[in-house]
Formats: sequence, structure tokens, C-alpha cells
Amino acid sequence: MKFIDEFRRSDLAQGVIRRIHHNSTKKARLMEFCGGHTVTIMKNGIRQLLPPTIEMLSGPGCPVCVTDNADLDKAIALAKVPGAILTTFGDMLKVPGSRSSLQEAKAEGADVRMVYSTMDALQIARENAARPVIFLGIGFETTAPTVAASILQAKQEGISNYYVLSLHKLCPPVIRALLDSGEVKLHGLICPGHVSAIIGSKPWEFIARDYRIPCVISGFEPLDVLQTVDMLISQVEAGDSRVEIAYRRGVRPEGNQRALELMYQVFEPCPARWRGMGTVPDSGLKLRREFARFDAELAFDFDPGPTLEPQGCICGDLLRGVKTPRDCRLFATVCTPATPVGPCMVSSEGSCAAYYHYGDGTSGEQGGQ
Amino acid sequence: MSKAGNRILLAHGSGGKLAHDLIEKGFLPQLSNPLLDKLDDSAVFDLSGRLAFTTDSYVVSPIFFPGGDIGRLAVCGTVNDLSMTGAVPLYLSLALIIEEGLPQEDLIRVITSVQQAAAEAGVQIVTGDTKVVNRGSADRLFINTAGVGIVPSGLEISGSKAQPGDKVIVSGTIGDHGIAVLSQREGLSFSTELKSDCAPLNRLVAEMVEVSSRIHCLRDPTRGGLATTLNELASQSKVGIRIEEEKLPVREAVSAACEMLGLDPLYVANEGKLVAIVASEDAEAILDRMHRNLYGRDAALIGEVRQQNPGRVVMKTRLGASRIVDMLVGDPLPRIC
Repeated sequence: MKFIDEFRRSDLAQGVIRRIHHNSTKKARLMEFCGGHTVTIMKNGIRQLLPPTIEMLSGPGCPVCVTDNADLDKAIALAKVPGAILTTFGDMLKVPGSRSSLQEAKAEGADVRMVYSTMDALQIARENAARPVIFLGIGFETTAPTVAASILQAKQEGISNYYVLSLHKLCPPVIRALLDSGEVKLHGLICPGHVSAIIGSKPWEFIARDYRIPCVISGFEPLDVLQTVDMLISQVEAGDSRVEIAYRRGVRPEGNQRALELMYQVFEPCPARWRGMGTVPDSGLKLRREFARFDAELAFDFDPGPTLEPQGCICGDLLRGVKTPRDCRLFATVCTPATPVGPCMVSSEGSCAAYYHYGDGTSGEQGGQ
Repeated sequence: MSKAGNRILLAHGSGGKLAHDLIEKGFLPQLSNPLLDKLDDSAVFDLSGRLAFTTDSYVVSPIFFPGGDIGRLAVCGTVNDLSMTGAVPLYLSLALIIEEGLPQEDLIRVITSVQQAAAEAGVQIVTGDTKVVNRGSADRLFINTAGVGIVPSGLEISGSKAQPGDKVIVSGTIGDHGIAVLSQREGLSFSTELKSDCAPLNRLVAEMVEVSSRIHCLRDPTRGGLATTLNELASQSKVGIRIEEEKLPVREAVSAACEMLGLDPLYVANEGKLVAIVASEDAEAILDRMHRNLYGRDAALIGEVRQQNPGRVVMKTRLGASRIVDMLVGDPLPRIC
């Protein structure tokens, strides 16, 4: 088992596709929560292979995309704190805030460095003891435990120049908010694989129980997604609503207890702003009081300025699943990966970027350019 | 080699005694050939026929990476640019911009590798220049090479010559160079057996040309990867290109690293690969010949040129669907989760 090619096998995929075609009789609108799944679906042309009864919608599961402009402005303002080094994952560099992006701040002289893990950020803090090193904490339950680990490590080593801007978000609360809004009617939810590797399957159960929506936790290879769709359709056809795990090689029902302990040792839930959805209760993570000295928001005096929303951009509507990139008049005209107006065109997991790069999934030949 | 210790000083680029010593004792013994040894301001030589002339600058970091270094890259890159017009590369220039403080030992290692690559390709370094800049003004070592070659008569290879019905061939596995270099970058430590594919392709091209004169386009998919090169060719020739995912040669280590980093091998740089668009009837014979060359042994037929969707590259996915293969925009950045 090498865990890549086996999950891309065309012969196995054809079998699953045939079964889906055979089984699907009722109309089923399925949402893939996670941007990673959107990419798998677009990159492999999966929408073209599904019967017309099945409609696929992209959801809000792209951490870069859901970060609100007000929060992006904070990050950009922090990058400009004299002497500071702002460390971030690569995805964030190009995302436009109200007035500029981290990439532009870097070009203007701010010290913005791309890192691949929080431990790299901590290493930069060790090597630059005289300068504040701020890590831009963006991501879901997948990322937050590693940020928590870096803070615990900093505390243990007595590293006093390491700070985190915590913009972390939690997935189940935002799904609840989305379903409560009543804007989209879903018949099935493809639950995020990596997030579930941390939180397990239990936190999704309220969706199956209270909203009667089938849920299947999926991996990220084409065969994973097809198997997930197959399992969802079986539930839809049978009138069931349960939480199932298709991604068994990555997810245990109880999740990763150690990671969760770390996360909640350092962070506690708080309200968070989501692009397009406003403030959602208990959907963010803030540093607990005993770790407050690592909180970049408290440590520095900075002015993010007034928040401006990009004119004409419908990223917010896309993230709620009520529109698709094709509905946006800026798509592939004003807004392209080289000149992004909204974050969904920037992030590698954003739905606009996926539509632009891979086509809209119908004929596979109508992307941007 | 020099009394000034073992690091390059600003004085090494000043044109004085130290500079002289560096060239005489460091460079000439390795790069020696009659045209260079004269040390005149220009190399003077006779050439006749259609000339191909190209230049490229090399700023790779780190300067040493598995499978090569900036010296080998600087020779192969320019040799390959000449080869992609079908030209037989002959003479190269070599200009070095060195950051003050570079260990002399590293410089000599690079020059040795320049010489080895030049010997392998059968070209000569006939003129050169050395500058040393203040610490921080360059990143260790930058190299520029320019090259001239002669295009054999009868060959008309150009990015605008692809025709509907032509076949698309890639000379081997894609993404090796980009991933090998990435694996050595600061802050990104993953270990891999992977080596850069950095290689001179002129002999491979010469053999291909021997088999068929109906090679319409040749291009080396360096920065931007195979996807970007195919898009360039589709748009220059105003044709559509359709490739098949299943036929793309990708090493397992490359696909695993790409998976981990959130990259796509289609967009990762190569330094010893070429894409050939050739007349359909000759494709098998060309492929056959390529397989017998060290640098073409993994060559594969990956698709064809079509009239539909001019300027577009479309890929049939493993699952049998089709999707667009877009040009690279900006730097590929690793994803968050």
C-alpha cells in the first residue's frame, strides 16, 4: 500500500461510478464542505461522471477563503509592526485584504516569511530573539493543534518573542449556522477528512440526527470521493441519515484525543467572523487566559484601518453554497488568479480557483483564461 | 589557490591581481580551450550557416542540489535552449556574479561541474566574466550563459508549427528537478532519493532529427512545468492539445512529494526534459530512438494536437473525464491543510 495510486485506479473508479448511476433515482444535492474535496472533484472531472440526479455544491471549508477582510487587515497591520517578522503558510500571501495583501506588504519592506510548519516559525523566533515573531494562525481543527503545540513548546523553552494571531475556525458550528439559515437544502454532506481525523465522527452526528442529512467522512483521492458519493446515495435512496466514515485509513470515530487535548489546553472556543456568514458563535478559537502573553492581538498596538469589502465579489455567497463561480460577473474577467479580487480565486482550495484552473466540470473545457 | 584565504573577496572581482589569479589558477585549468586561453576581450571564431543564439540567467537556491548544481544547470539550460530549435550548440559564454564571502572551494566545484557538463554536451566556454558584489547583493552565486549554435539546413522547428493530428511526446519523468531542489530548501526538510534531471539534451535532439525531419516543435519544460509549456505551444500554434493523465510519466517520489506539498507535477520545473510535437506517422520511430538514449529512455507519447479549442490544453483524467490544464499563474505555493 502506498496510499496514492491505489486510490486513483480507473478500473475501480468505473465500478463505483456504475453503481452510483444504477442506484441514484432521487434528486440529491450534496455539499462537499472542504475545499480539498472541491479540488479533487474538479481536477478529476468527477461532476461529469455523475448522473444528472446528483448536484454537487461547494461549501465553506477553505480556511483562507472564509477569513474575513477585517481579520486579514489585522494580519497585514501586524506585518508592519516595526521589527516584526510575520510567518505564515504560503496560501495567505496573496489574499487581498481591504487595501493590500501580505505579499504587497512584503514588497513594501515588511518581513513576511512563508513557513511549512509552526515549528519552523518557532525556529525563526529562536534565531531572532530580539525581534517579535508572529505566526498567522489560520486553519481548522487540523491546524490548530500544531499551533497549540508550538505555543506550549515556546512556553516550555521560555521563548518570549513568539506570538500567534489566532484566526482558527471550527467546522461543525459553521455547518449548523449554514443549515439554520435555510438558504440551501442539502440531501447529503461530504464531511472533511483531515478535520475529522482530529475531531472524529461524533461532532457530525447532530447533522444526521437533527437535520436528517446523511453524512459521510471522505478522503481526498478520487476513489475516496466516489465511494463517499456512493455511500451518501445509498443513504438518500434508503431514506437514512447516519454518519459514516469512508476515510477509514485516516479517521477513527473518536478522533485524535491527544491533538484535541493540546488544542483545548491552549485555546477555547469564541465567536468568529466568517466571510459571507458573519459572526458564528463558538466557531473560533482564542488563546486561554494563561497563554494570553502569546496573543499577538493583545501584545501589539496596531491599526488595521476600516474594513472594506471587494465590490462585486460574491465569495461570501459561494461559501454558503448559494451561488457558483459562474454566477459571478468578475469571474475570469476582472478576477483571475493573477489579479484576484476575492480569496476564493487565490487559495489553492478556493472554488473560483478550481473552476478557473480545471474548468467548470461539465465539459471540462470551459475554464478561465 | 590564493593568499587571501579561502573565501571570495570583493577584490577578486576588481580586475587586479586577485582577479587574475582566480581566472588563471581557478578557471583556466578546467575550462581551457584555444579560444578561451587567448584571454582576449572577445572570442573570435568562424561560423557558417543559420545561427541560433540564446541567453539565460541562473539564480537557483541552493546552488548545490541532488543531481546537479548551478554550474551544470547554467550549461545545460543554454545548451537545451539552443537544442530546442534543432541547433547544434557550439560555444558558450559564462558570466559569474559572486556574492562576497562565497567559499572558493564552492566556486571551484561549480566551475568543475561547468566543465563536465560542457564536455558532455560537446560545447566550449569561449568567453567569460567575473564580478563580485557586496554581501547581500546577490545570493551566493548567479550565473549567466549565452550560447551560439548552428541549425542544420532543412530543419524548421518552432513553437508555432504544431498541426492538428500531430503527436505529443515528453522525453521522461516530469517534476524531478523542481522537487529535488525543493527538498533541499531551508525550512522544508524532507528526505528523498530524488535527483534533479538536469542534463544536456543536444545529443538526444540530434538523434531524433536523424530519424525524422518532421519534428514540428521542441521545447524544454523548465519553470512552469509541462503544463505551461504545452499551453505556450497550443497558443503559439493556435491549436488545441489533448493529453492523457494516465500516460504522464511521473516518478512515485515526485507524486508523493507533490501530494504532501499541495503541488501538481504538471507545474513543477524540469531541467533535462523536452516536449516534442511531431508528425503522427513518425511518432513511433522517434519514440523508439529516444528510448535508446540515456536522457530519453522514459520517453512517452502523452497526447495529440487537435483543431478544437485552439490555445487550450485539455486532459483526459484517469477516471475518464476531461478537464482544462491551465498555465501556471505566479509561484506555486504550498497549501495550508
